[in-house]
Amino acid sequence: MDMQVARKKLGLKERYAVMTRGLDWTPSYQKMEDIYPYMSYEGIKIHDWDKWEDPFRLTMDAYWKYQAEKERKLYAIIDAFNQNNGHLNVTDARYINTVKLFISGISPLEYVAHRGFSHVGRAFPGAGPRVACLMQSLDEIRHAQTQVHSISNYNKYYNGMHDFHHAHDRVWFLSVPKSFFDDAITAGPFEFMVAIGFSFEYVLTNLLFVPFVSGAAYNGDMGTMTFGFSAQSDEARHMTLGLEVIKFILEQDPANVPIVQRWIDKWTWRGYRVLTLVAMMMDYMLPKRTMSWKEAWEVYFEENGGALFKDLARYGITMPKCAEQIALEKDHLSHQAWSTFYNYAAAANFHTWTPDEDEMAWLSSKYPNSFDKYYRPRMTYWREQAAKGNRFYNKTLPMLCQTCQIPMIFTEPGDPTKICYREVDYRGEKYHFCSDHCKKIFEDEPEKYVQAWLPVHQIYQGNCFPEGTDPTVEGFDPLAAVLKYYNLESGRDNLDFDISEDKKNFAEWRGQATRNI
Amino acid sequence: MAVAAVKDYDFPPADTMDKFHGAQLLYIGWEDHLLFCAPFAFPFPPSMRFGDIVGGVLPGAFGYHPDFAQIDWAKAEWFKSGKPFAPDFDKSLADNGLAHKDVIRFRTPGLTGIEGSCS
Repeated sequence: MDMQVARKKLGLKERYAVMTRGLDWTPSYQKMEDIYPYMSYEGIKIHDWDKWEDPFRLTMDAYWKYQAEKERKLYAIIDAFNQNNGHLNVTDARYINTVKLFISGISPLEYVAHRGFSHVGRAFPGAGPRVACLMQSLDEIRHAQTQVHSISNYNKYYNGMHDFHHAHDRVWFLSVPKSFFDDAITAGPFEFMVAIGFSFEYVLTNLLFVPFVSGAAYNGDMGTMTFGFSAQSDEARHMTLGLEVIKFILEQDPANVPIVQRWIDKWTWRGYRVLTLVAMMMDYMLPKRTMSWKEAWEVYFEENGGALFKDLARYGITMPKCAEQIALEKDHLSHQAWSTFYNYAAAANFHTWTPDEDEMAWLSSKYPNSFDKYYRPRMTYWREQAAKGNRFYNKTLPMLCQTCQIPMIFTEPGDPTKICYREVDYRGEKYHFCSDHCKKIFEDEPEKYVQAWLPVHQIYQGNCFPEGTDPTVEGFDPLAAVLKYYNLESGRDNLDFDISEDKKNFAEWRGQATRNI
Repeated sequence: MAVAAVKDYDFPPADTMDKFHGAQLLYIGWEDHLLFCAPFAFPFPPSMRFGDIVGGVLPGAFGYHPDFAQIDWAKAEWFKSGKPFAPDFDKSLADNGLAHKDVIRFRTPGLTGIEGSCS
């Protein structure tokens, strides 16, 4: 019988080497390119995978331990929040619409990120990045789960969240975040890493998570705030992975530089277009504002991102060209986005409203060059009309951008009074774009984007009605049929906040909690 | 440039005209009226008379705006893909040279939205 002999414990560095790099081997009876078939077709050249440095040196056993500890804390707080009717402590019921936006627009992306990282982890021959991708893949599914668990408490009391994943795959505006991630996971492993690992996680993530998490904190939403904090240390690891991977690729071969630059240009723009939703959330949806979208862009992109691209200059990487256009749009983005959801409030899974006088004063002070001139008259008109019982519901479907799938709401760079139209003829078909950058992305890979599932076109093709619907019968109501297909209940999940069940219930329940009625 | 792929990559486009049950798509925008956040997408039969769109469809789409009732269609300026365009109201879309997924816009001189804000 073998005797168990106590061995000296390994040091951290040795442990890391044994438990990550030591798991790797060189195949003898299979070819490397058969085992790793996606390594060369994107044109990226890697000469030495061992040059990969993992700054965290995290092993799987340590990973489980840390994550389990975080889960215990998180669920204790979520339980307390739920048991104490924490949802009644948010600033006002309008806030809950940001939670709806998050669960249907962002949480499903966490799940797709999980799939994406497990795919690229399998695709990379290097043991270092493979282990790092495995951990990130697990982080992402944990984030999806904790978000679903935290937000499920709101779903017990408020409308629009009951079938968020079904909505994510169908509702017109959710095709924007969905198609963004679908574009990334259908790219090669190196492009995915630059798209999500670097451009999204490193360059843009602060613009997504900080606004939502600090928005939650400012508005009394302990549940959302807590999953945000629980994800934060993971995010730090993801950011490091994203930066490490890009430096590694760039250092491996000078021929990689132009390919990576094109991907950075593409994915910074793609990510920024998705952040349109965050911009309007910050400026219009949080009852207690944290900072304006414009301020957030200036801090997190122009200052922090500026420093990052200065750092990457030694590899030959430059600031994405789209940054110039984004700077021109920062005075307009959130107002144009909110106008869109105000227009199409009948077809969304959350409520919209017009800002009150105080909120308009805040918008004027944050956007002195644009709000009073271009957007205050619009918001004021809508508010007056709504007060007269003539609330605007736009029932005609909008034209969409073929690449980002956002309605063509964006104005010409430098002229906020003119919609920006761009078009391309490709193989006898016309394609339309919201911007030069979306047009360029299409022109680089037209074969991919001609397949886009554009919600408006799909509705007109008859693909967005419940099975068995006959659109030719007299009195057919296409909007009603589309809402059924979305599994949204008209009059309950959509329309203006003022007439919503959410508003009524929140006032009643808060009344019961704070007064003797 | 072409997409990078491990094998042949050729898929049919999602929005060819044959998929719209006899209709073609036409996009229509109203310049200087961003109360409507984006141009509209419509499915119309190619045989539809242009004037029937202006008289029968646009009021439902744009009629909410107080400027709409004041439009003098004789003075409206039209653009197709950004270039000046003179539609014949009595002719069909096809006879006006409008094909699937064409985009047209109209400008209504003197009407510039709520308080002149282009809203």
